[in-house]
Amino acid sequence: MKRLAAALVIMAIAAAVIFWVLTMPQRLDATVTANADAGDAARGERMFNAGGCASCHAAKGAKGDDRLKLGGGLALETPFGTFHAPNISPDRQTGIGAWSGADFMNAMLRGVSPEGEHFYPAFPYTSYARMQPEDIADLWAYMKTLPVVEQANLDHQLPLPFRMRRGLGLWKMLFLSDQPVVAIASGDDQLVLGRYLVEGPGHCGECHTPRNLIGGPDTSRWLSGGPAPEGNGKIPNLTAGAGGIGSWSVKDIAYYLESGFTPEFDAVGGTMVEVQENMARLPASDRDAIAAYVKALPALDSQ
Amino acid sequence: MRKFLYAIAAVGLLVSGVAHADAISDRKALMKEKVGASMGVLAKMAKGEMDYDTAAAVAAFQTMNDVTKTFGDLFPAGSETGGDTTASPKIWEDMDGFKAKLAKFGEDTAAAVAAAPADKDAFMPVFGQVAGNCKACHEMYRVQKN
Ligand code: HEC
Ligand code: HEC
Ligand code: HEC
Repeated sequence: MKRLAAALVIMAIAAAVIFWVLTMPQRLDATVTANADAGDAARGERMFNAGGCASCHAAKGAKGDDRLKLGGGLALETPFGTFHAPNISPDRQTGIGAWSGADFMNAMLRGVSPEGEHFYPAFPYTSYARMQPEDIADLWAYMKTLPVVEQANLDHQLPLPFRMRRGLGLWKMLFLSDQPVVAIASGDDQLVLGRYLVEGPGHCGECHTPRNLIGGPDTSRWLSGGPAPEGNGKIPNLTAGAGGIGSWSVKDIAYYLESGFTPEFDAVGGTMVEVQENMARLPASDRDAIAAYVKALPALDSQ
Repeated sequence: MRKFLYAIAAVGLLVSGVAHADAISDRKALMKEKVGASMGVLAKMAKGEMDYDTAAAVAAFQTMNDVTKTFGDLFPAGSETGGDTTASPKIWEDMDGFKAKLAKFGEDTAAAVAAAPADKDAFMPVFGQVAGNCKACHEMYRVQKN
């Protein structure tokens, strides 16, 4: 009996140690972050628009120059609780003005904070992790040029099991990857660019790919739509399967991203409006590449 | 007697159900066949797929403006769901906000008719002003359901 109890204690300790090691936040290698502070702000603006940072970190419905005031505060309702977007303006106290470029790169590519904790994937780093380090450095240079906003925000409101950031390490082992989702024959530069913009900064999959029970993207149903995360309505299927947009041409898709009008002259709505307005700010060649990639997606029927 | 009352109630429900189905199909038809179709003409001219024509542009703006006069009456209580509607429940939670978006659409289309842009250069900013109304309203008050 005593033996059994001792064995159980040892097993419990071993499990705790394994959990601790497996869930340890992994920072990037110093060789990756070497140029994190040497980015180009002008190029970074493109990544800022592609990444849609303002949709979550600026005030709700912000237009014009207010989109550049990243004081945070927006409440994001999810099945796991309510998140409040933090202040990512260059304010040193309430924002991230005191961060280094390497800190920023670790947040974007690894979902790890300067204190070495995991971020919640409500911050869509599961997509941003596919970005190139040079693009993150450019984005960082651009973000440092934005207005300082002094504003402290509410803490996230999450039920107990989700309050422990450590457990996110297991989630990340399952869902965090810097590898592309859709295989593309090398040599097609336009498709490769489109894939990069969609799967990386554009984070289209965060809305258009259905999620499994623990909130991870179901990559076997990539971009095939599903219930809206806010629980109201549906997100459309972007593939050519039944219920999708197979009837749209590459030009139609690019025009939708530029203007917000579908081939039937219906107008964009819901959470896609801000995404579309960001896409309209990109060079036309980027929208064409995104459209070409969307058109090349493996067809999946809506469920 | 009781049966009779039930029958009346059933007919009443049926009628109100039908009335709501009418409101839904009417408002969808206005959006698609009037507003969407006019948008098709305007956007083709904006894209250069069709030559710019002042009369055609004014007619399209006028059709949209006419819609704004009746569209707001087609959201009676009880027509929140059914008939493949993509109207968001927010319309009924915030009817004033919804009506304000509609009023703005009315003003901008009236101004476009009055402007009667003479050539494409004059047309483009007027078109942009009108087109912005679509997503401004759809962003808040519409939701895809299939
Ligand atoms: C879908 C909403 C959303 C989008 C889009 C988004 N973020 Fe965030 N972001 C969040 C949330 C929520 C958090 C808080 C995560 C946490 O506390 O674990 C966060 C956290 C952060 C943090 C850490 C801040 C801190 O004080 O710890 C940084 C940096 C950041 N985001 C940068 C960005 C950048 C840059 C972009 C655009 C490329 C972006 N975010 C886009 C929701 C978003
Ligand atoms: C914040 C969530 C969100 C993100 C991120 C997002 N979308 Fe959307 N998307 C939507 C919603 C919601 C709709 C439905 C819009 C409507 O109601 O008109 C939509 C509609 C679309 C449509 C039109 C489909 C149709 O059947 O009408 C296309 C094309 C599209 N999105 C492409 C993209 C691309 C490309 C990206 C990435 C650059 C992207 N979306 C990112 C939420 C999102
Ligand atoms: C004041 C709000 C408002 C404005 C402005 C508005 N719409 Fe709509 N639209 C709606 C609503 C609400 C629906 C959903 C109706 C329903 O399904 O019950 C809709 C639906 C539609 C539909 C789909 C109709 C169908 O067959 O289901 C099209 C197409 C459309 N709108 C085009 C446009 C265009 C183009 C513009 C701008 C020129 C525009 N709308 C401006 C509120 C608006």
